[in-house]
Amino acid sequence: MTPRELSCEDVIERLFDYLDRELDAQQAEEIERHLARCRDCFTRAEFEKRLRARVEAAGTVTAPPRLRQRVRRLLDRFEANGSDDTP
Amino acid sequence: MCDRHADPRQWFEARLEPLLDRLYGTALRLTRHPDDAEDIVAEAVGKAWHRLDELRDPARFDAWLFHILSNTFISEWRRRQCRPQPASEPDASENLDSGDFTLFQQLHQPFLLWWGSLEEQFFNQLLQEDLASAIDALPDGFRVVIVLVEVQGYTYEEVSRLLGIPLGTVRSRLNRARSQLQKRLWGQAREAGITSSGQGGTPS
Repeated sequence: MTPRELSCEDVIERLFDYLDRELDAQQAEEIERHLARCRDCFTRAEFEKRLRARVEAAGTVTAPPRLRQRVRRLLDRFEANGSDDTP
Repeated sequence: MCDRHADPRQWFEARLEPLLDRLYGTALRLTRHPDDAEDIVAEAVGKAWHRLDELRDPARFDAWLFHILSNTFISEWRRRQCRPQPASEPDASENLDSGDFTLFQQLHQPFLLWWGSLEEQFFNQLLQEDLASAIDALPDGFRVVIVLVEVQGYTYEEVSRLLGIPLGTVRSRLNRARSQLQKRLWGQAREAGITSSGQGGTPS
């Protein structure tokens, strides 16, 4: 089957599906083929990827020491009481 | 590395320790409140410890624990909503957002400027704190979906199952969450002195 040539509009419309890995292998390949030759869409895709990486990084925050202590105490208690002590 | 069955406590803690910052950060983005985030993490860790025998593939410990964390948050979230619906609809004013705002259009210039691009300037000035407050300011229904997809890496189908909402609703909330998030980031960027490239029109 001849691979389909996507327009810039098609690519932008499906860009987030592509970045979210929601497309099947063939659809993802069609997008990648377009991104490899279209500077405008490539730039847009790189921008969204970079922003997405920053959003993902916002999901990592140094856990406060009291949370670490709480977790340790919790496990101490569970271990001391056996499996009957459900949270 | 110690044996899981010989010393489960040590085995569990050795895997838990490197994940705590991500567990807490994810819980904080989901709940927005440090105390609630700590409660969710502690509860998830307790559940994981008690269900350790159910973990068939030890290599999947991270994904398994984050799944427990998400479910713990969602149960608590539903309980607090005290409604029959599993995930509330964002209110009417939030639904007015068409979901078509893009930060890229505001920043992108089709030519290179000698002092560097606005996109570069934007990323260089984007503090993690600004990003966190922009995510936290999203309405619950939007924030939870974007955190599950972009922070935790769930598929749309998985989010649909977790929240008990149709796939189309996951897509539309995600689209609007991204639009609102980018609009807020654009507002912060303008306050920081970044001005539009003039390519994207005026945001509402």
